Amino acid sequence: MSTLSARHIPLSHLVPWLLAVPALLLLGYLVLMDNGAVSQTGGYLHELMHDGRHLLGVPCH
Amino acid sequence: MVRTLLVRGLLLGLLAGLVAGVFAFTVGEPRIDDAIALENAAAAHEHGAAAEPESATHGHESGTHEHESGTGGKESGTHEHGEEVSRGTQKAGLFLATGLYGLAVGGVFALAFAGLRGRVGPRSDAALALAAAGTAFAAVIVVPFLKYPANPPAVGDPETINTRTLLYLAMIGVGLLSTAIAVTTARSVRGGPWARWPAAVLAFVVPVVVASLLLPGVDEVPDGFPATLLWQFRITSLGTQLVFWASFGTLFGWFCDRAARAPAPA
Ligand SMILES: [Zn+2]
Repeated sequence: MSTLSARHIPLSHLVPWLLAVPALLLLGYLVLMDNGAVSQTGGYLHELMHDGRHLLGVPCH
Repeated sequence: MVRTLLVRGLLLGLLAGLVAGVFAFTVGEPRIDDAIALENAAAAHEHGAAAEPESATHGHESGTHEHESGTGGKESGTHEHGEEVSRGTQKAGLFLATGLYGLAVGGVFALAFAGLRGRVGPRSDAALALAAAGTAFAAVIVVPFLKYPANPPAVGDPETINTRTLLYLAMIGVGLLSTAIAVTTARSVRGGPWARWPAAVLAFVVPVVVASLLLPGVDEVPDGFPATLLWQFRITSLGTQLVFWASFGTLFGWFCDRAARAPAPA
């Protein structure tokens, strides 16, 4: 199957940008799942984004 | 190229997050207010005479009556954690949450899109954006939702939050893995779309069902919690994600389409 068309982006171009992934995942974690352990703000971030967590469907209290 | 896609993903993710925030604020906040009112009523009942006057008036109300909280400013709504953030601030925080969620998801999506482009999926960027967003919604949102549906505040044991979070992440993993299995299956099956599509769907559904049966269930809805409110909250929560993924996929695809028509920017 000729699935690898000329339109693909070479991996060598892609890999450096993958360094952004851990930062993005950390942001997602802080918004959705942190309970103060990583953010070190007590429960502040948790409470501030609490309605968002519940309505985005992630587990919460 | 990758940089362009990443910037596009971040900005459009933020935008779609705010759009989802508008939906969540309009349709979802009244459900959260109702759930918190029930929680306060239950707490007032437990603490008996020590209850605040406002809570006490709701002491034995059940059902989903409108809880008149005024501006929501001073109401004791921050369950379990004391009074750190007022309800009014939490309602503003909703937009921060969905916006930042969109930013993070949009960025990851863009990089995945850059990797898929020309390798897997439709040839046109716009079609790939829509197909990828739809697949992501099914794998990362619908699959975990079916096993561990969203709950409003007042439902859920704080003691089990870590376990529930891990199980939820496990279901996301199952959704992604099943997607990979389905794509691999679709690519290896010969005999046209009438063989390929059923095979792909089956290859997606079977691992999801098996994992759902193997993973432990979570049942923490308190006795007497109104089933209608629970249902409405869950549908609203799924709706918030649907609004996000539909707007994000459409916006991302539309911008790809626009970029393709623009006179080559180098
Ligand atoms: Zn919580």
